[in-house]
Amino acid sequence: MVAALRFLFFALIVRPVVWVALGLNVRYRERLPRKGPAILAANHNSHVDTLALMSLFPLSMLHRLHPVAAADYFLSSKAFGWFARHIIGILPLDRDARERGDDPFAACREPLSRNNILILFPEGTRGEPEQMSTFKKGIAYLAEELPDVPIIPIFLHGFGKVLPKGDWVPVPFFCDVFVGLPLPRAGSPEAFMAALQSRMRMLSAEGQFPRWD
Amino acid sequence: MFDGVLPNVQWALTGLYGVLVVASALTFALVRLQPNRDFRELVLRVKSWWVMVTLFALAMALSPTVSLIFLGVVSFLALKEYLSLIPTRRADRRVLLWAYLAIPIQYYWIGAERYGFFIIWIPVYMFLLLPAIMVGHGNTQGFLRAAGSLHWGLMTCVFSLSHAAFLLVLPEEGNPAAGGAGWLLFLVVLTQANDVGQYLWGKMLGRTKAAPAVSPGKTVEGFLGGMATTTVLALLIAPYLTAFDWRFAAVAGLFIGFAGFIGDVTVSAIKRDLGVKDSGSLLPGHGGILDRVDSLTYTAPLFFHYVRYFYY
Repeated sequence: MVAALRFLFFALIVRPVVWVALGLNVRYRERLPRKGPAILAANHNSHVDTLALMSLFPLSMLHRLHPVAAADYFLSSKAFGWFARHIIGILPLDRDARERGDDPFAACREPLSRNNILILFPEGTRGEPEQMSTFKKGIAYLAEELPDVPIIPIFLHGFGKVLPKGDWVPVPFFCDVFVGLPLPRAGSPEAFMAALQSRMRMLSAEGQFPRWD
Repeated sequence: MFDGVLPNVQWALTGLYGVLVVASALTFALVRLQPNRDFRELVLRVKSWWVMVTLFALAMALSPTVSLIFLGVVSFLALKEYLSLIPTRRADRRVLLWAYLAIPIQYYWIGAERYGFFIIWIPVYMFLLLPAIMVGHGNTQGFLRAAGSLHWGLMTCVFSLSHAAFLLVLPEEGNPAAGGAGWLLFLVVLTQANDVGQYLWGKMLGRTKAAPAVSPGKTVEGFLGGMATTTVLALLIAPYLTAFDWRFAAVAGLFIGFAGFIGDVTVSAIKRDLGVKDSGSLLPGHGGILDRVDSLTYTAPLFFHYVRYFYY
């Protein structure tokens, strides 16, 4: 029942919004994984980021897609939490876990072992629209632990204009999605982070984006 | 499903598929005969034409309301592409939403055959309304640039293009051969044929650059060759789709060729100003939707007023 609701929500609302009301310019679509396990690592400017990334895959893969999202934000209220968990399909991430000595990615391992695709935003928050902030190192530890899971960097542009943080009225714009090659596994978390940052910079340099201030 | 469509319009839509078959056959032959040359863009271009012609033909065949909605969607896509391309201000996000809202209203006037509102809604009322909302936000930095560029986009992508849609609701008495759809088909076929004609003549004979600073690919030979082909084509198809006699058809062909060229270089100037090659990536091989309808933004209003003045 919930799975059917989720399917209908994506088929009838999310996809028409993402593909018709907005419109995506996808570069290197062929680099998207055809099957899991895989981790998509994207920059984050808007709630629409998640929906757009999920719309890049066929609906038949919907049950395999899981955005990793902050538990403190998305599970703050009961109704919103139910929607986030069951309809969007988020895996809750405890942003303060590492400080307590716990594992923030506890909820991610099992879905990956079942060949699912995780969507991760290493910036940790949407931040200022259309500005990339520094990436948090958590993903590097995950990469080290799971050397066989491909991690694909994806650069997004325009979604912060569509629906910036703090706003609730979306405005149509064409948005860009540039898919990168899977990241090589570097020796150390620091080296992995450097590779991820530089790959994202390279992807963003491929586009020409108008000023937005 | 073709019940309401006049026979001549049905023939014209079928004819478009004939042209597509010929174009595909020629492309296929080229790819076979010259295997070392890269025809990927040409192949993509022809493929996109199949999709565009099919959507257009379906919209025309289903009902006048569907045709209007189809053209409204074209306006929406063009405006969205334009607004995604130009610099905008964060403060104006919601103003852009108002600008989008102008589209259904503009096409509603057409459906209701309210010429008076159709002709002033954007040039007068949206022109006054949008800056008023912008002022409400109190941000004066870049105000003129934002208000000016937004209005230019609305005039081009919505007001100008919607003139093509108004042809559809012109009464059949003025054009017994093919009605409003006949006028529209004549305009769209000639405008697009003119683009193709200018491109092909330019490839074959092009020497003298027509607008080197704006669009280095455009040549005088291409421009003149295109205009001549368009005029001949106008003479050939006018008896079936329009109420024109040969003189009116020739004049229409000439100014569609000329205005189409101007529309094309105008959008090129904007792209050059913004430093982009294509306006988008919606139509593989063509670029964006603005790259496809650029000529129409000039030919549609001119053709509409030509027809309305002389035949209604």
